[in-house]
Amino acid sequence: MRVTFTVNGREQVADDVWEGESLLYVLRERLGLPGSKNACEQGECGSCTVYLDGTPVCACLVAAGQAEGRRVRTVEGLAEGDRLDPVQEAFAECGAVQCGFCTPGLVVQAHDLIERVGKPSDADIREALAGNLCRCTGYEKILDAVRLAAARKAAAR
Amino acid sequence: MDFLRPTTWEEALAAKADQPEAVPIQGGTDVMVEINFDVRRPVALLDLGNVAELRTWTLADGVCRVGAAVPYTRIIDELGEALPGLAQASRTVGSPQIRNRGSVGGNLGAASPAGDSHPPLLAAGAVVEVASRDGGVRMIPAGEFYLGVKRSALRPDELIRAFHLRPATGPQYFSKVGTRNAMVIAVCSFAVALHPGERRVGTGLGSAAPTPRRAVEAEEFLGRELDWDSRLDPALLGRFGELCAAAAAPIDDVRGTAAYRRHAIAVLARRTLTWAWNDHRGRRAA
Repeated sequence: MRVTFTVNGREQVADDVWEGESLLYVLRERLGLPGSKNACEQGECGSCTVYLDGTPVCACLVAAGQAEGRRVRTVEGLAEGDRLDPVQEAFAECGAVQCGFCTPGLVVQAHDLIERVGKPSDADIREALAGNLCRCTGYEKILDAVRLAAARKAAAR
Repeated sequence: MDFLRPTTWEEALAAKADQPEAVPIQGGTDVMVEINFDVRRPVALLDLGNVAELRTWTLADGVCRVGAAVPYTRIIDELGEALPGLAQASRTVGSPQIRNRGSVGGNLGAASPAGDSHPPLLAAGAVVEVASRDGGVRMIPAGEFYLGVKRSALRPDELIRAFHLRPATGPQYFSKVGTRNAMVIAVCSFAVALHPGERRVGTGLGSAAPTPRRAVEAEEFLGRELDWDSRLDPALLGRFGELCAAAAAPIDDVRGTAAYRRHAIAVLARRTLTWAWNDHRGRRAA
């Protein structure tokens, strides 16, 4: 089947999509957007987190056909040209990236948190990131990065 | 595989009637896992994502009617006061991403004994509204909905439209045992709901039997013995825990042993009733 939807502000058409295929597969394998990572395929790890109509979801658990006519924003759609999103900048500055596999999902999920919550507490951050697994960092530097991004965002308001 | 996209409830019922083997999909948090892992190859997916009414809820004539597809995130944000037991359970479902997509309708459709929404639905006395094109509407009390492991009273041509619950008239609590505070399939879980006006206590056990179930003898025991105007008698509390554990029929599996689950149910039952009772007494004193 054909699926037509908006990805990072541009209308995209995917053809020959199998009906049981996930949104994640379409993004990575058909539209050439490998930022969202494919790991657990069961919503456990969060590395495929994308915005669907403005809400963060696991792209592996959305059937591609369910994205028809909807808006998807992936990690590739956060930066403006060469300018990284403040969350991405903070992750790089704080050393919150090691192997990098979990990073795109964490960046999207953290991006949503600081859009919604002005001054997130540590409990807010931990709760928001509870569905994103990182096996390298031990999370401390990720928490540093989200605190930094949130503080900058609050200062800019 | 067919991919069916009804945009109204009537279209959805017609699609299900014409192709009863079609698998309904909404949040996808169960169905897509099965497809991704090749556990299931449905002949058709029936996408309910465009049936907007399934994501609405109303409060009328003293009853909350909550659409089957209202995601857990919105139950937490919008229904925490009216349905506190269900909202607590909703907070323990998966992760934020899962709660943004998953819904009570999906939990009911999957009918897993470990589903988090089942115990509070049982304790508070929810009624499930299902319908088919040819059979019309059926209102099924939660206690009669679960028939076996992942089996429910839903017929092949039926879809779940909503559940109905009276807003809480007393304290409600939910508690769940798991290895961490997120992304946990319950080892076991327990819900309690006080109905002070009727001098009645409702219960719900999760992941402790082939189906979610009430601890009916424990409820009847409290109905007889509980003095609603005094402190909670420790002996009575202990007996309540024992009767709840006796209502369980758990198994050994990767998440826990039957003996542990039975023990934990007694602990959760005593704990949640104590929390609820403290609220009940506090409310009366205030």
